[in-house]
Amino acid sequence: MPSPKYRREMPQRYRLEAAKCKKCGKVFFPPRLICDKCKSEEFEKITLPENGKIVTFTIIRVAPQQFETEVPYAIAIVELENGVRLTTQVVDCNPEKLKIGNEIKLVFRKIQEEGKTGIIKYGYKAVLA
Amino acid sequence: MIGIIGYGSYIPKFRIKAEQIAHQWGKDAESIKRGLMLQEKSVPGLDEDTITISVAAAKNALKRCNINPKEIGALYIGSESHPYAVKPSGTVVGEALGIVPDFHTADFEFACKAGTEGMFVAQALVKAGEVKYAMAIGADTSQGAPADALEFSASAGGSAFIFGKENIVAELLFTDSFTTDTPDFWRREGAFYPHHGGRFTGDPAYFKHVQGAAKAILKKSGYKPEDFKYAIFHMPNGKFPLRVGKKLGFTNEQMKPGWVVNLMGNTYSGSSPTGFSATLDVAKSGDLILLVSFGSGAGSDAFVFKATDKISKVQDKAEKVREMLADNPIYLDYGQYAKFREKIIMNE
Ligand SMILES: [Zn+2]
Repeated sequence: MPSPKYRREMPQRYRLEAAKCKKCGKVFFPPRLICDKCKSEEFEKITLPENGKIVTFTIIRVAPQQFETEVPYAIAIVELENGVRLTTQVVDCNPEKLKIGNEIKLVFRKIQEEGKTGIIKYGYKAVLA
Repeated sequence: MIGIIGYGSYIPKFRIKAEQIAHQWGKDAESIKRGLMLQEKSVPGLDEDTITISVAAAKNALKRCNINPKEIGALYIGSESHPYAVKPSGTVVGEALGIVPDFHTADFEFACKAGTEGMFVAQALVKAGEVKYAMAIGADTSQGAPADALEFSASAGGSAFIFGKENIVAELLFTDSFTTDTPDFWRREGAFYPHHGGRFTGDPAYFKHVQGAAKAILKKSGYKPEDFKYAIFHMPNGKFPLRVGKKLGFTNEQMKPGWVVNLMGNTYSGSSPTGFSATLDVAKSGDLILLVSFGSGAGSDAFVFKATDKISKVQDKAEKVREMLADNPIYLDYGQYAKFREKIIMNE
């Protein structure tokens, strides 16, 4: 069944909305309620840039059951243009040819289907830019 | 004056060549390539559907105009492959683009012309002053049954158009539609593949409706074929649009920029809209453009657009259709393609 968490996280999963600390400027993705740097509780909503580069990655060859027909696929830590890092799948590429430093762009894709009759979950993934 | 203020397309990165499909079913690739004029077609990734294609096309349309998505008051997505039977694609796309919650949306379905019907409604709402901006998207991830001729053409992609009254890049001058009940092609609820009605598919369907709409809009507008710089006719294969264009008095030169079917396939609701988008990519100020869609069932929508002096300022702001077609496609063999299109029966 669709979870309240999925609905709640749509702004970050769908639109890359992050929280920027109004006091010290640190950007949190996913957003959080208290800044771990300056303890401020005041944030402004910002949208992360879609472009960045691969910091490091791993190739998944044995996947959880739901994704086992998709192997091999790449999971990477990417650094966006504003310095924010996030973990995401890199798609539309041959994972064996990926390199650290490759430029990427975040795109909107299907993340998971709750079976053939359940909800389809969407979010961000990376493609080579 | 009303018209398009931003446009954009998206074509998935994967392709399959006609040779692969022909080889699988023991057909002659050369005669398919000559007869249908299809070399290869786009294939959606495992994580792509009409919703993700719509979002990607819409983002390119937004890149070409400087507006706040919140000011888009209506969004219509035309497709015959909406991911849900019940639950609109429009709400997901509206959420992903940040249009929510103050907007109108509903999904359209009319075989291959649902996208242009969305364009008609979007422009009408702007014209009536009901909304400031309205977006229409035609997108599909269509399936042809294995070994059917449609398998060589049914592909994936889409295009988005934002209508408004200011900063127009292509003014909309005239619209028309020609529609009858014609049983040329259908898919019942729950059926995986469509059926087509043999002798109904050519003359009584495609040619009758495309010509009906084109002739009506030529009469309404007073323009002659030679007044147009470009023309786009729905592309179920490579041959039909060129043949119908010729019958109507258009030259291959006028149709060339929008004739993307040989490399893209038939993206159904995204077919003529993407041909139109590829044409806008090269249009210059003052160019008249005729767009005629076709949807089985059957009907054709016709539009006359005139590019403005602002077109050249937006063309480079997003990836162009021809660039997407050329940009390092990943070629699949038939086995990979069957997996991508979920044609293989898996154990539950
Ligand atoms: Zn802080």
